[in-house]
Amino acid sequence: MPRWACSIKEAPKVSVVFQNVRLIDPSTNRDEEADVVITNGLIGDILRPMGYRPSSEKAIPVLSCNGSWFVPGLVDMHVHLREPGEEYKETIASGTRAAVAGGFVAVACMPNTKPPNDSYTVTRFIVDKAAREGASIVYPVGAITKGLLGEELTEMGSLVEAGVVAFSDDGRPVMNAQVMRRAMEYSLIFSVPIISHCEDLQLSAGGVANEGMISLKLGLRGLPSIAEEVMVARDIMIAKWTGARLHIAHVSTKYSVELIRRAKREGLPITAETAPHYFTLTEEALQGYDAVYKVNPPLRTLEDVEAVVEGLSDGTIDAIATDHAPHSVLEKDVEFDNAAFGMIGLETALPLSLELVRKGILSPLRAIALLSTNPARILGISLGSIEIGKPAFATLIDPNHEWVVNPDEFFSISRNCPFKGWSLRGRVQMTIVDGSLVFMDTDGICAPLGNIYAPRS
Amino acid sequence: METHYRKKDLLGIEELSRGEIEHILEIAKSFREVNERAIKKVPTLRGKTIVSLFYEPSTRTKMSFEIAAKRLSADTYSISTTTSSMVKGETFLDTIKNLEAMKPDVFIIRHSQSGIPHRIASITPVSVINAGDGQHEHPSQALLDLLTVLDHRGSVEGLELLIVGDVLHSRVARSNIWAFTKMGAKVTLCGPPTLLPLNTLEKLFYGTQVKVTYDLDGAIPEADVLMVLRLQLERQKLSFFPSLREYSLLYGINSRRLQRAKKDLIVMHPGPINRGVELSSDVIDGARSVILDQVTNGVSVRMAILYILAQRGSEL
Ligand SMILES: [Zn+2]
Ligand SMILES: [Zn+2]
Repeated sequence: MPRWACSIKEAPKVSVVFQNVRLIDPSTNRDEEADVVITNGLIGDILRPMGYRPSSEKAIPVLSCNGSWFVPGLVDMHVHLREPGEEYKETIASGTRAAVAGGFVAVACMPNTKPPNDSYTVTRFIVDKAAREGASIVYPVGAITKGLLGEELTEMGSLVEAGVVAFSDDGRPVMNAQVMRRAMEYSLIFSVPIISHCEDLQLSAGGVANEGMISLKLGLRGLPSIAEEVMVARDIMIAKWTGARLHIAHVSTKYSVELIRRAKREGLPITAETAPHYFTLTEEALQGYDAVYKVNPPLRTLEDVEAVVEGLSDGTIDAIATDHAPHSVLEKDVEFDNAAFGMIGLETALPLSLELVRKGILSPLRAIALLSTNPARILGISLGSIEIGKPAFATLIDPNHEWVVNPDEFFSISRNCPFKGWSLRGRVQMTIVDGSLVFMDTDGICAPLGNIYAPRS
Repeated sequence: METHYRKKDLLGIEELSRGEIEHILEIAKSFREVNERAIKKVPTLRGKTIVSLFYEPSTRTKMSFEIAAKRLSADTYSISTTTSSMVKGETFLDTIKNLEAMKPDVFIIRHSQSGIPHRIASITPVSVINAGDGQHEHPSQALLDLLTVLDHRGSVEGLELLIVGDVLHSRVARSNIWAFTKMGAKVTLCGPPTLLPLNTLEKLFYGTQVKVTYDLDGAIPEADVLMVLRLQLERQKLSFFPSLREYSLLYGINSRRLQRAKKDLIVMHPGPINRGVELSSDVIDGARSVILDQVTNGVSVRMAILYILAQRGSEL
């Protein structure tokens, strides 16, 4: 059992001294070597490196970490868990195991399930199921409109009461601008963000690939960057008018980045996320017509990728979220036009983000802010920091561990990963959720703990 | 440069060298004589199995391949289906794996979506011929078009080819752009801006002998070969142009418009033609038209393609 993941309920409470870690905590702007002591699941102490002196009465295991990163548990604010309704693609149990294996202690799941999460009942189903079976914390995102149809607002008050942390019709835009305006206005009662999937459905109609040189050459119908940009522009204007908290999902184009940069310069309370595939892959990947690369928004040009990377480094883009979208072979091993949009990302996001650190584009602090502190702040949840006396939500990362991506080893049920066969650097060694050890790789530096900690079932 | 065709498949012209194109055309010429005999059959591919999968309706391409295969004595089987096998719960790749198990030598594939022959070729050891995939390529069409121009002009080098119409959605246009530029011709693309993404085309063909223009009457006097594309009538509903009448007025080819053309300009069309829309009847049936020569050459070119690919296994 070299790598295991388990539900929070089955997970053992941790008491371990993490000796000689690199503690990176963007919430306090701290990036230093330290010993971190966790006692009964709480952050007990943060000491100078090699500063821990065992006391005789209470011996706790000391793990020598050789400079591995100890960071606030990662937060993925955009995933699709497919439950209820499409459990053959993913479940709350499998998706949260994929999450903790990827270093995420919490995920926000989008409402385009079957039925969609547009009601108190569905939200409670997700929250309860996650409490029973989840390996990470699950924060549901509620639908903006009933049935995700873009027409009538959901009962946002009930949804907030049931536990949603944001609203989105993700998978679809709210095409009617008046409905979007009302949604943003109404959301002010709860001060939760409206997450916008920006896509003009008329401009994108029938499109399967970024419209440009590659789509023209391959004869694939175009999904132009303006389909995204006109909606980013529209929603920024509506947010400015209403004063609502707007969050732009999966930013993929150069001018989307530019529009958000300008809005932020104006002081508007707008935030944005992008996904690893938008700063790693380009439309060139479509050359073999493999639908594993079919995603919405589509993979764009190198120029767009460079702009997204710049947005990540200069603060225009606040968060890295995976848009983890599991699909089975029945949706993916089919004709390109008929294939579903989306790719899985939970188990590869961290090393792909660390690639930007290695290239010198992001500091380690900035990378962890994008993956943890910022998304936690946007969702208004109390994660994204390491504080003495608080329950531990933390991820231990060996930033240099090199491994080859093999989706057959994933905890996710689905295999639609575009990075199959890639050699990546950086691997999660341990993930702690609410003081409990939900994931461990006993092949790496955690080997000494392999005999001490195991899931309870 | 590769001077013999050694690829497993024929998927598109883009990835071919001039030498490979010339090799296919040479063999096509040598098969012509068979097509003129009283008994039009040679035993060349006896015992070879050729399976056609037409996922999109087609009369002439399908018939042309079938005649070509039969004249070479191959055993041919064809499956026509407009519905994807997904209906039965299997993917098109499952279908191919099942057919592959029956040991065919060549698959001929036509599909309304781009890239299907490429996906199939990547999972099977059987040779795959792309008989037209979506809006991507139609390599056998471009090869027969080259042969037709060679017949009439002796050489393609330096000729001006003018392609008129819906370039955006045309696999014939894509294959011919690659084919004619590789053989040394200059290519001008002309059509309404909605069907001719000028900036993207110029970027895609940057550094090649390809020009893009909206001005048909300005382009006609320069042309040696005029290739008129079929207009898909349903494009009007999608607002690519206001009406057939206006399309015909601005981009339709008729004899009045050809008054300023070179004396020896030839007119081609991949068929089937919308008479009176992209091409008027007086041009179709007139002296400049080589449209039926294209059809005749189609058989020889397809015999050459089948011969090269089906023989591939036995040479090794
Ligand atoms: Zn989305
Ligand atoms: Zn999504």
